[in-house]
Amino acid sequence: MRLSELPKGAPAVVDRVDDAHASDPIAQRLRDLGFVDGEPVRVVAVGPMGGDPLLIQIGFTRFALRRAEAARVSVRAEAAA
Amino acid sequence: MSASTLRIALVGNPNCGKTALFNLLTGGRQKVANYAGVTVERKEGRFTAPSGRVLQILDLPGAYSFDASSPDEQITRDVCAGNYPGEVAPDLIVCVADATNLRLHLRFVLEVKRLGRPVVLALNMMDTARSRGIVIDVPELSRRLGLPVVETVAVKRGGARALIERVDGEVPPAAPAQPDDAASRTDLHAQVRELLAATVTMPRATAALDDALDRWTLHPVFGLAILAVVMFLVFQAVYAAGKPMSDLIGGGFAWLGGHVAALMPAGPLQSLVVDGLFGGIGTVLGFLPVILVLFFFILTLEESGYLPRAAFLLDRLMLSVGLTGRSFIPLLSSFACAIPGIMGTRSIQDPRDRLATILIAPLMTCSARLPVYALLIGAFIPVRYVFGVFNLQGVVLFSLYLAGILGAMLVGWVMKHLRRDKSEHALLMELPSYRLPKARDVAIGLYERGMVFLKRLTGVILGLTVLMWFLSTFPGAPEGATQPAIDYSFAGYIGRGLQYIFAPIGFNWQISLALIPAFAARETAVAALATVYLVGGEAEGLGQALVGQIPLASALSLLVWFAYAPQCMSTLAIIKRETDSWRNVAISFGYMFVMAYTASFIVYQVTRALT
Repeated sequence: MRLSELPKGAPAVVDRVDDAHASDPIAQRLRDLGFVDGEPVRVVAVGPMGGDPLLIQIGFTRFALRRAEAARVSVRAEAAA
Repeated sequence: MSASTLRIALVGNPNCGKTALFNLLTGGRQKVANYAGVTVERKEGRFTAPSGRVLQILDLPGAYSFDASSPDEQITRDVCAGNYPGEVAPDLIVCVADATNLRLHLRFVLEVKRLGRPVVLALNMMDTARSRGIVIDVPELSRRLGLPVVETVAVKRGGARALIERVDGEVPPAAPAQPDDAASRTDLHAQVRELLAATVTMPRATAALDDALDRWTLHPVFGLAILAVVMFLVFQAVYAAGKPMSDLIGGGFAWLGGHVAALMPAGPLQSLVVDGLFGGIGTVLGFLPVILVLFFFILTLEESGYLPRAAFLLDRLMLSVGLTGRSFIPLLSSFACAIPGIMGTRSIQDPRDRLATILIAPLMTCSARLPVYALLIGAFIPVRYVFGVFNLQGVVLFSLYLAGILGAMLVGWVMKHLRRDKSEHALLMELPSYRLPKARDVAIGLYERGMVFLKRLTGVILGLTVLMWFLSTFPGAPEGATQPAIDYSFAGYIGRGLQYIFAPIGFNWQISLALIPAFAARETAVAALATVYLVGGEAEGLGQALVGQIPLASALSLLVWFAYAPQCMSTLAIIKRETDSWRNVAISFGYMFVMAYTASFIVYQVTRALT
């Protein structure tokens, strides 16, 4: 499942970040910010217009990600971890 | 060694409290400049340690990673690595990490350590960490990292004592430098997890207060309502406190000029001092209160952590016209004055988004346009009621504001489709914990903004004001002249020349002439029109004179012109200063001129056809 499809509040774990194109700087930045295998994530809030951007809790930090950015992150339900 | 200077670079993630720590260490003794050739701020301060050694501290821009994604991060990386041209490599790097956010911040600490330079880790916000029940085994963390670790509380007096003692002692040995490649980057995360598991106990991942506040401030309905209330209060304050002070300063200088005039013989020198010098300084300083009041709120909102929340709420809306959520506050500030708006774009890290915001900001209807609008609307638009409730004058004023916003959206949309760089630029914005803003940090920020404005702009604006004065004064009226002196001046000639360009949009030579001093500051257009139409400055008399002299079509055209025109030169000067490029000044001036001309042309021709 993609992080952009994760329902609000549902606990999940990061699988990996996929490059949207070759040497994708946004994907690399997501990895640097802690979107790496096994890291718990949760959608905390969504923007008022079109449900964009998403507010993601990862580690001890909250990041606002646009849907296109969150779509790079592949996640799995926490139970599977 | 005790008399020598030690160069220290402060680095850390954004929101780690690094700048507060810098302020605590150096107090007001800071030098703010730009790195050569880029518009990234370089902040340096000095501090004398108890041993008598002088510590020279460089506050580097916040960075998440050395795999730089913005000019800020490139500079931080290059200065730390000692290969930024013109910067001496620091003797010691103090890496600041937020003790409540170590999962993110420790990774950067490890990245800094790999540079192979002497590093001290400052665990900041230790007070907040303790109150949240976070326990950190500092000696064990220090042992595992192989770095000296000190605890700091940047927002408390004496909160940097341990850090000062540490940096005043021996410089710690550098860890061996390690290569930077993709595999080792992934490895850093594993190391951070290991460190956290061994040294940090965290009862819960987030602060309960943040969760509670965000539930309201980010709520789709209440969040937007709260934002609207906050913005309303900011604008009330700007008009209640900033505007009267601006008027007071302008009036004060006019009064002072009048007294100086009495001491001098009449002539060109007196006119230069009174109209050029005092008038010019009054105009420049008159901007200051509005700028300071706006920046007080911008800094307070930024420090408190609310600004990124506002950006979160509005990102989608701004993205649809090629901007980012971060553009919203600078654009809103531009409704008071474009100068603080453009200066406020520094909070946008992405250079492309920042430039787009700067180019659009002057289209927001600033307060200086109101006197012109008031004059023309009062004179030409009858007090009539539309649908029985709306005053037509109010409707026209509202339409002019709306015209500015719609124009800005159009320009944003066009720029989005025209620019060569069509790549996706990320939002990826951290929403930091809420914090109570510290008076000292806000005060230092305000002082810096005020000084940037006064130091960099006073010269330019004053020079241009004197030039405007020269054009409107020389050559003087001949003996027995019947027309006002300005008719015979260079400005008069230019105005007559310009009327050929402006005739298709309905401006006669008097209006064309008034546009010249209006370039110094929009509100002076009213005074200039009064001069050329030989009325004594009374707005009411001028209004009546105008109704007799120019048709309705020209008046409407002039209103629309002021909504879009490339004006005031202070705005153009700040664009030069903030983008360090004359090209951007030319682009701003050019597109706004074309836009104003086109819109005025349509309005003039359509109105003429209808009336």
